Amino acid sequence: MGLWDVITGRSRPKPAKLDMLFAVPTAAITLETTLGLRPTGSGSVCYRAAAGAAFQQTQDEVVALLDADPGAPPVQVTRDEFGFTWLLNQHDPADVSGLCTDLHAVNTALESQGFGPGLLCSLVPFVDDTGRRVGLVYLYKQATFYPFAPRPGADRVRDNMLEIQVRDALTGELPIEQDLGRWLAVWGAPGL
Amino acid sequence: MARSRFVGDKGLTARMTLVMFLLGGLFVGLIAILIAILPPTWAPFIGVIGLGLVWFQWYQSDTVAMKAMGAREVSREQAPELHDMIERLCALADMPKPRVGIADTDLPNAFATGRSPNRSVVVVTTGILRRLDAEELEGVLAHELSHVAHRDVLVMTVASSAGIIAAMLSRGAQWGAIFGGGRRESNGAPTWVVVLVISLVTYVVSFLLLKLLSRYRELSADRAGAYLTMKPHALASALQKITGEMNQIPDRDLRASQAMNAFFIAPAVRGVSLRTLTSTHPTLEQRLEQLARIQAELGRPT
Repeated sequence: MGLWDVITGRSRPKPAKLDMLFAVPTAAITLETTLGLRPTGSGSVCYRAAAGAAFQQTQDEVVALLDADPGAPPVQVTRDEFGFTWLLNQHDPADVSGLCTDLHAVNTALESQGFGPGLLCSLVPFVDDTGRRVGLVYLYKQATFYPFAPRPGADRVRDNMLEIQVRDALTGELPIEQDLGRWLAVWGAPGL
Repeated sequence: MARSRFVGDKGLTARMTLVMFLLGGLFVGLIAILIAILPPTWAPFIGVIGLGLVWFQWYQSDTVAMKAMGAREVSREQAPELHDMIERLCALADMPKPRVGIADTDLPNAFATGRSPNRSVVVVTTGILRRLDAEELEGVLAHELSHVAHRDVLVMTVASSAGIIAAMLSRGAQWGAIFGGGRRESNGAPTWVVVLVISLVTYVVSFLLLKLLSRYRELSADRAGAYLTMKPHALASALQKITGEMNQIPDRDLRASQAMNAFFIAPAVRGVSLRTLTSTHPTLEQRLEQLARIQAELGRPT
């Protein structure tokens, strides 16, 4: 915020930065070659649903658009305990760029209706042969990525070793969130 | 071109800027008069002490306010839900996460303080945690985070500098009355009487303007908070609950809190707060009206 914004006490809603999502497909290849993590084919967008009819209408249109793809299973819309909505999209695991295009369609639809500031994060889950899962999370406001790996079988414990490995593998390829305090724990995220 | 659902409030901005301009004028006027009537060696002395006080009040705002409220900082392990909620809001607003505090009092209240967004603390009372549901609490937290983003502690402290110096001077003039006695100008009243009158007038005017400014800052924080959570109705219902509950709270608590608020020359505590302090806060009606307007804009179909 600039000096004038401070004086007038006016912070505008922060717009989301969308374009970085298209860096995910190359990152997916790196993850598979270095750590054996493969995309699961699903991906989700997490946003804050605004109150009122306009948002509901926009969301219905987005869901209808994604469901129009005959090969794909229907889109799942869930609400988490913090009042954020998760829109889970299933895709062919081999086609990560197609998945990213779908996620981007969700973002642009929300943004064009003025709901861009409500976008929180996007999550693309990966899994390896031993069943370890890690989600690559994209923060819309910061335009950075970070890994989130829940430890299988444990209750709300993060696998920090795996997260660090993923971070090191992707450094240079994706803008990684440097502030570890911003690595939000998204427990119970759909698809993870 | 993406449309924006953010509507500015030009009237509020204009009124706020005018009030700040007047406060700045008051400060300049006070200093000018002091330089004119006081012996020249005094003016820099008073200026340095006054500004030192203002600086100290701003710099120490977080520790002082937390001590006064009896608040303690809580770690993630002690209050995971609160931390998670604030983290998400900060990610949404793209701001650094403040420290989190809880005050053990039944008074439903919350405040944010601290010298900068990087060193701020958001405190909620156990009373507010018990009364509000998650959605309403989030609305209140978004309001407090907006205070942090708007640097309201800094703005209010700077705005109150004329008042702080005036308060200091009136105290000094009383000392002058006791010890200085009858030293007179060539004609007219003794200098200390002139200083006392000027500083008291400055103090009263600055006090009123500050309350006005504080109300405008509250409305601004309401706006920003509502746009952040995209749920103006949640904040509205929280405000209704808090102000409604206030009438049922025993007197003892109210007095305790008022004493604490009077502790500051400038209201270093910014909070969604009580009806009894409506002088620093807009009326519930004004706040609800503004939230309803935002709600209408967010919900307008294309």
